[in-house]
Amino acid sequence: MTVEAAPPPEAPAASAEYDIRLIGLTKRFDDVVAVDRISLDIDRGHFFALLGPSGCGKTTTLRMIGGFEEPTEGRIELGGVDVAPLPPYKRDVNTVFQSYALFPHLSIFENVAFGLRRRGVKGGDLRKRVIESLELVGLAGLEKRKPRQLSGGQQQRIALARALVNRPRVLLLDEPLGALDLKLRKEMQLELKRIQHEVGITFVHVTHDQEEAMTMADRIVIMNGGHIEQLGTPSGLYEQPRTAFVAGFLGVSNLLEGTVAGEDRVTLTDGTAVQVPRNVLAGRTGTVSIGVRPEKLRIGGGEANSLAGTVTESAYIGVSTQYILDTPAGPVTVYVQNDRTGGQVATGERLTLSWSPDSTFVVDAEEGAQ
Amino acid sequence: MGLSFLHRRQGATPYLLLAPGMLFLGLFFLVPLGFLAYQSLESGSIDFGYAFTWAWHNYSGAITGYGTQFKRSFAYAGIATVLALVVSYPVAYWIAFRGGRWKNLLLLCIVAPFFVTYLIRTLAWQTILADNGLVVRTLTDIHILSPGDRLLATGTAVVAGITYNFLPFMALPLYVSLEQIDQTLIEAAEDLYASKWRAFIRVTFPLSLPGVVAGTLLTFIPAAGDFINAQLLGSTTNHMIGNVINSKYNELIDYPAAAAMSFILMAIILALVLIYARAVGSEKLTG
Ligand SMILES: Nc1ncnc2c1ncn2[C@@H]1O[C@H](COP(=O)(O)OP(=O)(O)OP(=O)(O)O)[C@@H](O)[C@H]1O
Ligand SMILES: [Mg+2]
Repeated sequence: MTVEAAPPPEAPAASAEYDIRLIGLTKRFDDVVAVDRISLDIDRGHFFALLGPSGCGKTTTLRMIGGFEEPTEGRIELGGVDVAPLPPYKRDVNTVFQSYALFPHLSIFENVAFGLRRRGVKGGDLRKRVIESLELVGLAGLEKRKPRQLSGGQQQRIALARALVNRPRVLLLDEPLGALDLKLRKEMQLELKRIQHEVGITFVHVTHDQEEAMTMADRIVIMNGGHIEQLGTPSGLYEQPRTAFVAGFLGVSNLLEGTVAGEDRVTLTDGTAVQVPRNVLAGRTGTVSIGVRPEKLRIGGGEANSLAGTVTESAYIGVSTQYILDTPAGPVTVYVQNDRTGGQVATGERLTLSWSPDSTFVVDAEEGAQ
Repeated sequence: MGLSFLHRRQGATPYLLLAPGMLFLGLFFLVPLGFLAYQSLESGSIDFGYAFTWAWHNYSGAITGYGTQFKRSFAYAGIATVLALVVSYPVAYWIAFRGGRWKNLLLLCIVAPFFVTYLIRTLAWQTILADNGLVVRTLTDIHILSPGDRLLATGTAVVAGITYNFLPFMALPLYVSLEQIDQTLIEAAEDLYASKWRAFIRVTFPLSLPGVVAGTLLTFIPAAGDFINAQLLGSTTNHMIGNVINSKYNELIDYPAAAAMSFILMAIILALVLIYARAVGSEKLTG
């Protein structure tokens, strides 16, 4: 049948630099542009997260890679080969569906064996690989059951085993943890990461949960309205977001409007000069917004950048206390670690805040605050 | 005290809900069935009256005298059921998966001819299959039929009539079971290296089996007892057991023989249905 379509798992195409390469990928549904000229390279063996709000085109992107949706424009390469003419069953890619999509009429064994059987694996070899795969997800011994006799978390693992047993070049996961409760989600996040590490297959994991993406992925691409906002490592994206959207999507940030006043300098609306790293400002002119995360601000002086303001709100949240200050440059949120007893600041008090230039990022001003 | 009363009422509720149906079944099915069994063992004639005599010869006579008609009934019903399945499956599949917003209209189109009464529909087939009708002439022109061959008054016409008349009983259950299939299951099969055809064989078809079973039963059971199609579209050489029962009952007024044949027909159908349900229900077919 289609046995020759996919290379055997023992012989990875070592020449390919990237597992997935998307070039100007676009999908239009009638008048909706679901995916808008996405270009992206995904390295072999990475745990890659596609992160973005609902409706930003994550599922559509994944479905195009899997072959379930035809791109309106652009190219998809898997291991250096254009897969446009290949139907899903000829692509060396497997999907873990959000609804799991386990075959209700087949036993767990047959569910996991489904892909192997289609590729002509039989007998003892088949049995061995199915059991190994079930062991990988910690569910050996359930192979005689039907999917409906399993809990949601178990079904999720079977869906994973069913895809992984084929040792595809790439595993696509569409919000695979979406239906699980919080505790199980956290467990499965670590479990998925362990499994990815063990099998070394490239994972493309779709999620709208930024914490999940940060926990699991080596690389995150943040999507918004069908296009890519920014690609980077979890810490890179958090420390140096390049757009207000990314800054806001990955946690709380303070954005203050100003004007570029030199290679490493921005003047805020109230005249305060802020020092920023040169590479962050590179090429920008005119009006921008500088940003700084609330936990990077110190009370008192000591750092190169500083601002003063009046405390308008304070909230004690255990490990830290959150203050909102009114400053001439705009409102600023600060998190102060509660590492000493006492020392709470009352509302109405004036405070000076300071922060390091390295903790400062710059985004386009017209995008506004988060 | 009030509470225990409530509990008792709850315990009785299912039985209360069942009661009307049970009463109906008892009065209009079980009682007549018992009466039929009684009658099938009577002997006598309409002129001298019937008497219960444990007349088992009604049964043996039916089998020896009308074995051909029994066999023919099941053969015609079986062929018609298979044909109806083959014709309806693609239609039901197409409506369920490709029908989009036209689904309801298309379903209505399947059912629409059946607003016309059974008899008239079957009479219409007489015209369609008539010796100098369009179908016969066309088939003669393209040399599928030799000159002088006819369709009317043949087994082919009877089977065609049965197939047509029971089509919705096949198509609608098929549609319902296909419509319920989660499309992502088919995508998952294709994701796991199954071609469209393989995905159909391994996933779509097994998941539509409840519809296939319901449809074939709803077609086969009434078709096996049918006599209208054989009467209007066949000749005496195409008569089914339904025709025999009809004539025994209505023309020859031989109630005991008619009752015995009805019982035999019922018993064979029941046996076939049990064998069929067993075969389909087994894990082998779905696995
Ligand atoms: N088959 C379709 N026909 C028309 N529009 C579609 C179709 N599929 C998706 N869309 C539209 O494309 C856009 C992107 O959808 P997509 O499912 O890719 O979003 P998503 O990022 O996966 O969202 P979520 O997090 O809610 O799953 C949405 O505006 C959606 O309405
Ligand atoms: Mg989605």
